Amino acid sequence: MDILTLVVYILLGIGLFFNLVGIIGLLRFPDVYTRLHAETKTTTFGAIFISLSIVVHSLHQYFHANDASGLSLSIHVVLAILVLAFTNATGSHAIAQAAYNRGQKPVRAVVDKLAEVEFLEKEAEE
Amino acid sequence: MIAFILTAISAYLAYLIFTAGSWTGQELIAGGILAIIVAALTSGFHFRNNKIKCNPIRMILALLYVLIPFFIEMAKANIDVAIRVFTGKIRPGIIKYNPQLKSDFGIMLIANSITLTPGTLAVHVDEESNDLYVHLLNIAPGKEQKGSWAGKDIFSWFDLSAWVRRIAE
Repeated sequence: MDILTLVVYILLGIGLFFNLVGIIGLLRFPDVYTRLHAETKTTTFGAIFISLSIVVHSLHQYFHANDASGLSLSIHVVLAILVLAFTNATGSHAIAQAAYNRGQKPVRAVVDKLAEVEFLEKEAEE
Repeated sequence: MIAFILTAISAYLAYLIFTAGSWTGQELIAGGILAIIVAALTSGFHFRNNKIKCNPIRMILALLYVLIPFFIEMAKANIDVAIRVFTGKIRPGIIKYNPQLKSDFGIMLIANSITLTPGTLAVHVDEESNDLYVHLLNIAPGKEQKGSWAGKDIFSWFDLSAWVRRIAE
């Protein structure tokens, strides 16, 4: 087997493994915040590795088969990773804040500083 | 005028990046016309004031930041979360973290970095004191009564808030 094909398969395997971990975490964790942990981090990391495998494959196409679409594909994929990293983080922050404002308390939490702050603000208003 | 020229140049650069590999003379000219149209339509929207911060050293630092400390912290966080998914050992909680940053861009960068890195998730941003309220997946026993956390309490190998301070302040 070609060494580059092997690299592409290894990168794909790592990416798929982390996406699988994200799904299992989504099913196993107790509340919205811990599920967001599993989902956001692992799927972004997995998507980075899947995209890296595409970059390796298409750059190989570009340099060996001299196929110009390989170069443009790899640039598009790198831009997609950047956009994905930013939107994934921002989206999960929005979901977490919406859930907190809606009244979802973190399950099994040992400390909740945000609730203490809101309690103090209510005291001050009264 | 400077806003118009800068918008046109960045639009043309974006066009060149998206069409890399298929550049011909006609396409380059069409891209130039498109860049001028885009600049005429949106330059007033992109530059609300004339303070343009575009320091090349900061750009190189930002690239370095994404490639080395951010990526290493992210890999460590992912392995940690993967282990906790399988073993189920979690000790969650919401803590207060003061990154000691002032600019909006810096807060945005650190909040996004924190969500992707060390077992943490930004829940709420206090816009007056610039404190972040962060949900941690695993709080070390004995640390939960601490009032306000600093960068070195959250991150283990690289203090990301110091890097963001160098890039964005």
